[in-house]
Amino acid sequence: MAITHVPVPGWSEPTAAQRLELLERTRSIAIVGVSTNPARPSNFVATYLMGSSADYEVFFVNPSLTEIFDQPCYPTLEALPKTPDMVDVFRKSKDLPIVANEAVAIGASSLWIQLGLWSVEAAQIALESGVEVVMDRCIKIEHARFHGGLHRAGFDTGVIDSRRKMNKR
Amino acid sequence: MTERNWGFRTRSLHAGGRPDSATGARAVPIYQSTSFVFEDTEDAADQFALQKFGTIYTRISNPTINAFEERIASLEGGIGSVATASGMSAEFLTAAALAGSGDNFVTSSALYGGTHTLFDVTLGRFGVEARFINGDEPEAYARSIDAKTKFLYTEIIGNPSGSIPDLDGIAEVARAHNLPLVIDGTFSTPYLCRPMEHGADIVIHSATKFIGGHGNSLGGVVSESGKFDWGSGRFPSMTDPVASYNGLNFWENFGEYAFCTKLRSEQLRDIGAAMSPTNAFLLLQGIETLPFRMDAHVANTKLVVDFLDDHEFVSWVNYAGLQSSPYFDLAQKYMPRGPGAVFTFGVKGGREAGARFIESLQLISHLANVGDARTLVIHPASTTHQQLSDENLVSGGVTPDMIRLSIGLEDIEDILWDLDQALHRVRR
Repeated sequence: MAITHVPVPGWSEPTAAQRLELLERTRSIAIVGVSTNPARPSNFVATYLMGSSADYEVFFVNPSLTEIFDQPCYPTLEALPKTPDMVDVFRKSKDLPIVANEAVAIGASSLWIQLGLWSVEAAQIALESGVEVVMDRCIKIEHARFHGGLHRAGFDTGVIDSRRKMNKR
Repeated sequence: MTERNWGFRTRSLHAGGRPDSATGARAVPIYQSTSFVFEDTEDAADQFALQKFGTIYTRISNPTINAFEERIASLEGGIGSVATASGMSAEFLTAAALAGSGDNFVTSSALYGGTHTLFDVTLGRFGVEARFINGDEPEAYARSIDAKTKFLYTEIIGNPSGSIPDLDGIAEVARAHNLPLVIDGTFSTPYLCRPMEHGADIVIHSATKFIGGHGNSLGGVVSESGKFDWGSGRFPSMTDPVASYNGLNFWENFGEYAFCTKLRSEQLRDIGAAMSPTNAFLLLQGIETLPFRMDAHVANTKLVVDFLDDHEFVSWVNYAGLQSSPYFDLAQKYMPRGPGAVFTFGVKGGREAGARFIESLQLISHLANVGDARTLVIHPASTTHQQLSDENLVSGGVTPDMIRLSIGLEDIEDILWDLDQALHRVRR
């Protein structure tokens, strides 16, 4: 997914250590634009984040659904029963600033824009309100990088560590 | 954790080999198990649907093999790797992932004889056409490309011709046509050359050779850069729904991880050419000393090459590290530490003298392999390349009097002594 990373003034992409720290600090995630189609990336990510590999509290947002994975699906971020730590977005590029505004409005602490997506405007909206930003990365892949999943698929995690500790989250 | 760029030697020892989470074992344990128990039925279903990373069955994935794969990916500078039973199966899996009946690929003719036959005969029987070009000129690749071409292929050091392609030039042709460039790096190893740094997209190794380095285990490995655009429309198997995985689409679901995911979960799954966990362990042991061994292989090779080049009973020596080699400049550019430890030479007196020379060697082993810690010798025209016609022999750079040496790590005085006594015995 070779998309251009147009620089965001005053911001640099989070390093591996910063991404891991963000994933460890995050407890709840709202997935915006989740699909019921099991072949779609958003469905893949949702299954992974809820499963035993990751174990996050996951909320779903999609105005065209009322239920998914036997859980309620909410029309907007505002409609969620509680504020998620992170908003994870699967939406078209032009919708990203709208989602960024909504994430700021509900008080989420981070905005994760998925693989293949990049929006300087969305990033600026989030950063101005102190919301951390990750773009053009898959949260499942990043979680798996640090927790053994990518390793079990033969990928280079970049992780070299001689300590025995295995991070659960 | 820091965002540190670890050195090559550090990664040779550590990449992919964190202490075992269950036991704390510092060395990578050998997980000699065909299968792995699921947590529950949901876990099983998620793993089978690729919705969860995991270990199901050693044909597809195994913890010891994973350590080998991540270590190679790290050293190669790729996004990931898939290990296979042998170098040949690594080539077959790659071709099977990229091409199907009616497709073609463009390849150098200066290849290992077994690869030439795989491409020409076996893939030909499946309807995949190998378009062999003479030499490695980038323009020759460009001329053979058409709408059904799926990849470009060459060896970074031709076996046994010693030819070195202009990687940058071929990579430019590949990029201009949205085609992946596949490089066999067996003779150079990631220590001497990392083709992805010169625009290659996929790198294949026979790990049996210098990577393992001890002549005890077969293995192969395919690495990918993660930078190739598989969404151009030229690779429908990367972008069409996959029926065996609930209609997912590799490119959309896995992005830069798509090629390796497909290679593992389709080609390795279906073709079954998996590496054994014990071999993965032995090959990992080899990788730990790869930088040190390659430096020593190259140092010994330079001395042997100089010795033979000056020898009165030797008619010619072909090593890209020799200034007289037509590949000297390319070797300096792509392999500044030295163009490996395999080269060829001719004994005065031709084919018969060559046979007597090989039979007179005492220390050097006459066998069909390269990249052992021991020095090896063979006569390609009657062995590794005997499957080829005379015409293919010539286009592959193999002459009837050619003798191939793979220089090992013995004391240099002993290697030189053995070569010298055998050369003299030919004359008696």
